[in-house]
Amino acid sequence: MAADFIALGYGDVALAATLVLSNAALSLAFRLGLEYRLLFAGLRMAVQLTLIGFILRWLFVSASPVWTLVAAIVMLLFAGREALARQERRFIGWWGYGLGTTSMLMASFLVTIFALTTQVRPDPWFDPRYAIPMLGMMLGNAMTGVSLGLDTLTRSTARERVAIETRLALGHTRAEAFRTITRSTLRNAFIPIVNSMAAAGIVSLPGMMTGQILAGIDPVDAVKYQLMISFLIAGGTGLGVLAAVLGGVWRLTDSRHRLRLDRLTGPA
Amino acid sequence: MLTVRGLARLTLGPADVDLEDGQCVAVTGPSGAGKTLLLRAIADLDPAGGEVRLDGVSRDAMPAPDWRAKVTYVPAEAGWWEETVKPHFRDWREASPLVERFLLPASCGDWPITRLSTGERQRLALARALVQSPRVLLLDEPTSGLDSEATAAVETELRAQLAAGVGILMVTHDAAQADRLAQARLHIDAGRVAAVVVA
Repeated sequence: MAADFIALGYGDVALAATLVLSNAALSLAFRLGLEYRLLFAGLRMAVQLTLIGFILRWLFVSASPVWTLVAAIVMLLFAGREALARQERRFIGWWGYGLGTTSMLMASFLVTIFALTTQVRPDPWFDPRYAIPMLGMMLGNAMTGVSLGLDTLTRSTARERVAIETRLALGHTRAEAFRTITRSTLRNAFIPIVNSMAAAGIVSLPGMMTGQILAGIDPVDAVKYQLMISFLIAGGTGLGVLAAVLGGVWRLTDSRHRLRLDRLTGPA
Repeated sequence: MLTVRGLARLTLGPADVDLEDGQCVAVTGPSGAGKTLLLRAIADLDPAGGEVRLDGVSRDAMPAPDWRAKVTYVPAEAGWWEETVKPHFRDWREASPLVERFLLPASCGDWPITRLSTGERQRLALARALVQSPRVLLLDEPTSGLDSEATAAVETELRAQLAAGVGILMVTHDAAQADRLAQARLHIDAGRVAAVVVA
């Protein structure tokens, strides 16, 4: 740990928390009806993060490959649930949870392992102090991309149903019939990646880099880390979105090249 | 040429249909009886039980896109996916004489889809299917949005298709049209194919 790192006491945290209390007072004054939700959300965050702090401390000390894997899988399963919750029309059955989760698994695990074994190279390579935070960043971004991609895909397929079925009726394959939608969905899901890279350093200071700077790391070194992470995120998210959208098109059609909106929740 | 045996889907069927080369069969029946369902099931756009063959070859023996290129369903209100008319056609130059026979100018290829009237869309959708030279046409109310002049133009073209050996299965609410074009009628009520009446 760098020498000029300033550790916080719980009193310092409490002082910052008074700002949330002032928000609650604001909500009361303007009758926003949000005061309880504000306080509860703040409290919930405090409990969750404190717990995670202790779990991570224990995990880093133990450096056990089994518990690292368990932590990684739990994170993945929560990400899968969150991605599903963000979709309006979901796939029925296991596909609903499975498609998004599998896409994120592919994207985030592959990219994290790639980074750990070739670039960061901690010893052992699965060292949870590196593996878990990196996987968390990959998963968080992949989740946004995958859920956005699947939501756009299912919505626009329902909206463009007549056009898709007309193409199928003319003898187009399912890939041809979906070409317009696949393209616009992928574009839609890739744009946040492009935007976040373009804005980094000017509009926003990326969180990970900021964290390293606060921990006393030289900014130029922190930037190198951030660049690597950003590239990994872009690659991983792209991979996850691609898998989710192509898998979604596959599931929205069948081997006889029919449109199967009956495989989604909501009106067929 | 086209033989349908025991075709069943939800409330439809089991239905038997026979269509010969150059024959037009009119499908009639009340709204919601399953006329569209029958055409979609024959085109394999909905999963359905039963046997459908073209010239003795089962549709399951070929990829679905090949089947639909031969046995083409044209919905009453077809879909569009490009900005203008032309990109919806494989070959616009080949299509333009047909489009003109449908009383539309050949220059309509550059028209935006949003500018088209219901009747213009209907004729262009039919033209789009016809230029692919299908063996069987499954037409869902092909002239429902057309005035008498345009209807006559479409019927003339359909007669030419029949003369060339194309088989047509056509849903229509217009009894006079059925008399003009069809050699046989298929009456559907509550999903049951009730009778084949030779006109």
